[in-house]
Amino acid sequence: MAEITFKGVRKHFGDVPVVRGLDLVIRDGEFFTFVGPSGCGKSTILNLIAGLEEATEGGIYFDGEPIAPLSPKDRDVAMVFQSYALYPHMTVYENIAFPLRMKKMKRDAVDEEVRRAADMLGLVSLLDRKPGELSGGQRQRVALGRAIVRKPRVFLMDEPLSNLDARLRVEMRAELKKLHLRLGITTVYVTHDQAEALGLSDRLAVLHRGVIRQCAAPSEVYAEPADTFVAGFIGSPPINLLPGTIREGGEPAVLCNGMTLCPPVKLPPPGGRVTVGIRPEDITVSSPMGEGGAEITVTLLEEAGHFTWVDFRWNGADMKGTAARDANLKADGKGRMSFSPESVHLFDADSGRRI
Amino acid sequence: MTGGEKGNRFVLPAMALLSLVTFYPVVYVVYLSLQRRLVIFDIAEFVGVDNYLFLIQDARFWNALKNTAYFTVLSVSLELLLGLGIALLLNRSFRFRGLARAVVLVPWAIPTVVSAKMWEWMYNPDYGILNYLLGAKINWLGDPFTAIHAAVLMDVWKTVPFAVILLTAGLQIIPQEIMRAARIDGASPCQAFRRITLPLLAPVILVVLIFRTLDAFRVFDSIYVLTGGGPANTTETLSIYAYRVLFQTLQFGYGSALSVVVFLCTGSMSLLYIKMLTRGGR
Amino acid sequence: MTRRVPFYLLLALALAYSAGPFLWQAITSLKPEAELASLPPLLPLRPTVSHYVTVFTRYPFFRIISNSAVVAASTTALSLAVGSLCAFGLSKLRVFRKRLILALVLSVSMFPPIATVSPLFIVIRALGLRDTLFALIVIYTTFSLPLSIWALTNFFDSVPDEIFRAARIDGCGPFQSFYRIMLPLSAPALFSTAILVFIFSWNEFLFALTFTSTAASRTIPVAIALFPGLHEIPWGDIAAASVTVTAPLVMLVIAFQRRIVEGLTSGAVKG
Repeated sequence: MAEITFKGVRKHFGDVPVVRGLDLVIRDGEFFTFVGPSGCGKSTILNLIAGLEEATEGGIYFDGEPIAPLSPKDRDVAMVFQSYALYPHMTVYENIAFPLRMKKMKRDAVDEEVRRAADMLGLVSLLDRKPGELSGGQRQRVALGRAIVRKPRVFLMDEPLSNLDARLRVEMRAELKKLHLRLGITTVYVTHDQAEALGLSDRLAVLHRGVIRQCAAPSEVYAEPADTFVAGFIGSPPINLLPGTIREGGEPAVLCNGMTLCPPVKLPPPGGRVTVGIRPEDITVSSPMGEGGAEITVTLLEEAGHFTWVDFRWNGADMKGTAARDANLKADGKGRMSFSPESVHLFDADSGRRI
Repeated sequence: MTGGEKGNRFVLPAMALLSLVTFYPVVYVVYLSLQRRLVIFDIAEFVGVDNYLFLIQDARFWNALKNTAYFTVLSVSLELLLGLGIALLLNRSFRFRGLARAVVLVPWAIPTVVSAKMWEWMYNPDYGILNYLLGAKINWLGDPFTAIHAAVLMDVWKTVPFAVILLTAGLQIIPQEIMRAARIDGASPCQAFRRITLPLLAPVILVVLIFRTLDAFRVFDSIYVLTGGGPANTTETLSIYAYRVLFQTLQFGYGSALSVVVFLCTGSMSLLYIKMLTRGGR
Repeated sequence: MTRRVPFYLLLALALAYSAGPFLWQAITSLKPEAELASLPPLLPLRPTVSHYVTVFTRYPFFRIISNSAVVAASTTALSLAVGSLCAFGLSKLRVFRKRLILALVLSVSMFPPIATVSPLFIVIRALGLRDTLFALIVIYTTFSLPLSIWALTNFFDSVPDEIFRAARIDGCGPFQSFYRIMLPLSAPALFSTAILVFIFSWNEFLFALTFTSTAASRTIPVAIALFPGLHEIPWGDIAAASVTVTAPLVMLVIAFQRRIVEGLTSGAVKG
């Protein structure tokens, strides 16, 4: 197990910067996620930790020891890949045993470890099969087995669930979390799926174009996104963003799409331009008969089971909100929309930073 | 790439062999071509471009070049046409298609020398099966006009399978849906072939053309065994002429000059082709 | 059904055209000497194996076949070993001037052999390697390398890189990745390539003709091309010899048609 420290890590491919200055400590035993859209540099960071790529600048340390001189096999890390990367010509048993065999471990000891891992992952009955005969979920387990069998200091996981169908993905997510609780090994996880990041991590870092936009616990990232990018990326469906200005004269307040908002934060000086963010799940749309809130036109209704997603148009702005199942709304009909002032996120219009 | 591991060691043995056995000789052959060299008598003197000056005035060289070009053009175009026809046949589904394909492949696997001997026997003016089947008395290999065409015929037989294989593979990657869509859009089978199959097959046809022209242009063994270049040098190709100068008259200087010319011809053709390929493809 | 008649006719014609000459050679090989000079009948009246007996008793044909077998087998093994190493480097590792190397390899496949035959003759003569199978093996290996390298590089490219990243993390060096992971994975591609290289070296004529002078060191194509005849060309013996050396190839083709097609088309059609 290890604490991973990044000091000023940069990585360029030719002239193209992929990771631009990473300073970060991943704590011992933590489940840490890098999340971001494709091309944000998250997989490269994983490859840097594994030793599959070399940093252009800066260094990475395990428990304070620089790992740059170590080759991938000597770093004592295990990696799970998006495509599983199982060895197609070997059986499940041989796949899991492979890293131990490469360490020249004794046959009996290998056998014991492989069986223990297989037992933990429910693979015992599949040990003689080849990867080609397995389902996606089973292959994923074998890949996990191959990783845990060597009891590494660090687990690296590169979008390990992306190739699974939606149902299995949720199942495996829970299983990964259980596995982490049970083994307590530092895990660095990479995904583009914000739900996975929120659900699995102790802490997560939102990456955009090689830069960390925010690094915090999932609840904090969700509740207090550091900028408009993080706000837009974390949360599904994405947050509603509207332009607003600070009222000149009177109590400090935000004018937004004809509405006056008084969020409980310190506002910039009058006349300043801001971006107002409200999450769809914080907006309640109700029948036009009700009172309070703003009048809107419903454009689309999408049942989500115990509630309904509502696409609506408010003073020319297209937005999304929720409605109770019995809200009695119709597409192209009228409705009323409301949200609490505490749920409003305010960002500087120019820098995009949270206010 | 799998990351930063260096692989120069992996490439080294292959590069060493290629350098020693192909690149070095190509440089050496140019050097030889600037000499008057009789190997057996250990005569070697530098004569500059004399061999090339002689070559320009050598009627036999021009004759060989003409024969080679004629052979190449005729042989490659026939191969392509016949190959396309057979590929279209084999692209239909029928029982024993695998076996039929294997049978079509047979001439490709037969050693060129053996196939030349086989055809020589079939061309035999007195006992040959060809004259028997045609009810004719043609002196196939003895008559200048028929001899070069007999050589073409044999070469086409031997190399059509290559064209068939590539063209069949090309036909198979044309999605069935496109053909069905064309039929629904009202194209007759003929129109569908002309307007859809042929254009989609064009890259493969180009590849066949390239490989086969280069091969036909350096033709040696089939004609050397079939006619020996005769009658009266009417089937003598550049490679055969070069070979005879080298190993029958043992003039290594002039023979090497002839080899260099073959090399330059195929080399410029390859360059042209590589340009066409890189422009046409992706 | 009747609409398919023209199709089957054409197909029959194509098959007869492809197989006919070889079948005719087989028929000829079974005809006694007296019947060779008469047509009709097409088929032998009194089939005989005497030509086959002659081929093996009067000529050093066992020796010649074993020469060809040694040359073709060694070439195949060497070409695959050297070629697969190179292909692995080009496909999965960092190699200096990779594109240039690929272009050079491709250019060699377009070399006319005649352009190298005179310098190689001088070198081989100087090294005293004339009439040795070793010289042929080295030359064939080199000239078959472009084929091996291209076919295998194409195949290796289709094996996902992630597998080799996994192998590196699991403790494989590049060479271990090569022989523990890549080679076992590519058995089919290696086999296709092997067949092609084998047939190439079994059939090669120009170098074999140039670099051998004694009957005992000849390979099959040279022996057949220079078949000795006293007064008349011994067509029956030639036919028997041809059938003997070609039959294994024909069987190879019929058995592994699919593999051969794969080998020949890899790269040419997709790439």
